[in-house]
Amino acid sequence: MKVSLTVNGRTCSADCEPRRTLADFLRHDLGFTGVRVGCEHGACGSCTVLVDGATARACCVLAVQADGSDVTTAEGLATTSLNPLQESFRRHHALQCGFCTPGMLAVATELLRENPSPTEAEIRTAIAGNLCRCTGYHNIVAAIAAMREPNRDDEPSAGDAGASVAGNPGRTDP
Amino acid sequence: MKAAPFEYLRASTVDEAVGALGPGAVVLAGGQSLVPLLNLRSRRPELVVDVSRLPLTDIGTTGTGSLALGALTRLRAAETSPVVARTLPLLAEALTCVGHVSVRNRGTVGGSVAHADPAAELPAVFLASDAVFTARSADGVRTIAAGDFFRGPHRTALGPGELLTAIHVPLPPPGTRHGVAELSRRPNDLAVTAVFTSVTLARGVVADARIAVAGAAPTPIRARAAEDLLRGEAPSPDLLAAAADAAAAATDPADDLHAPAAYRRDMTAVLTRRALRQAVAE
Repeated sequence: MKVSLTVNGRTCSADCEPRRTLADFLRHDLGFTGVRVGCEHGACGSCTVLVDGATARACCVLAVQADGSDVTTAEGLATTSLNPLQESFRRHHALQCGFCTPGMLAVATELLRENPSPTEAEIRTAIAGNLCRCTGYHNIVAAIAAMREPNRDDEPSAGDAGASVAGNPGRTDP
Repeated sequence: MKAAPFEYLRASTVDEAVGALGPGAVVLAGGQSLVPLLNLRSRRPELVVDVSRLPLTDIGTTGTGSLALGALTRLRAAETSPVVARTLPLLAEALTCVGHVSVRNRGTVGGSVAHADPAAELPAVFLASDAVFTARSADGVRTIAAGDFFRGPHRTALGPGELLTAIHVPLPPPGTRHGVAELSRRPNDLAVTAVFTSVTLARGVVADARIAVAGAAPTPIRARAAEDLLRGEAPSPDLLAAAADAAAAATDPADDLHAPAAYRRDMTAVLTRRALRQAVAE
């Protein structure tokens, strides 16, 4: 079947079997290798992308189901440079091996859009469906916490609630 | 793993979907339960009938005092619906326990019901709420009470040619409060055991109580003996404890890799007490 999608603002189409998942279609047929395929049954969240603006596990969606949809992958979050959330991940050493990062960025993007000042508990709940094999959750939480309004882009300060999750509040890159 | 090959039909009308259903065919709604099963090859259908674009997504109240949900209402849409929050807060709160947001964005209310996982939240909520399910087939329309719907793990009263189209939930009377208590291995996983209660208080006495348990029997169950203990009585710690024990006695749990049966039964008592305490709290 022919499947057409808008991916990161670009129209893409290719033939695929009905059994092909959206994750495989994006990664293998369209070349968006920012889509990470982990468990293939919805447990790990690595393949999470935005479909029509809402997060979806691309391994739990058939490509044919997504026909006509607007998809954003990790490649689409940055343009010429990292977006502020990606930059926060870099600054807080939240990447570790990087395998879970695209899925984490997708859920964090949705979380911050719907709730610009999430508590630490809300951040942890939001990423609870995304497994980090490096168990690097602490820095991921800190990276997302640093994006909270009104302190967005600020390093958490001593009096900020974010300091409790930021690990080393005063730490900066060498 | 990858799914085995199958034929695929994207239905554009309910009649087209119903006409294609039958032995060897499965219904694909949000796909959040089915696609993993296809990927694991524990389901190998000949035909997948994709109903996800059918216009069965309305949320509203009816003149007869029910909350009406189209079967293809997305879980996240129901969770964030002001109508659901106002009329059936038990459902709104239970939905926050169903999968993660990325799953709720795509999963559907009817899909969860038809999938009939004994540990799933919505079948138990609808059982506690005396919901009525509407099904369409080539022979016409019929309604099935939630109490008659769940027949076993992943088994329902739906025939192979029937499509669940709507869910109607009678609105609880004024003075009704709810409670949700769930134990799961990580937040938003399927329940090890979960309890959903709805308690109507009038002048300090329990006028009505409903208690449904997920994950502690081959289907979601109503703890009717526990409900009977509560009716007509003023809530007290001893009364809630007695009802909790009665709810645990109604379970028929299995041993599996998540929990032994005895643990599930004990937790049913603990969770029932918590859910009832939430419902009767000031």
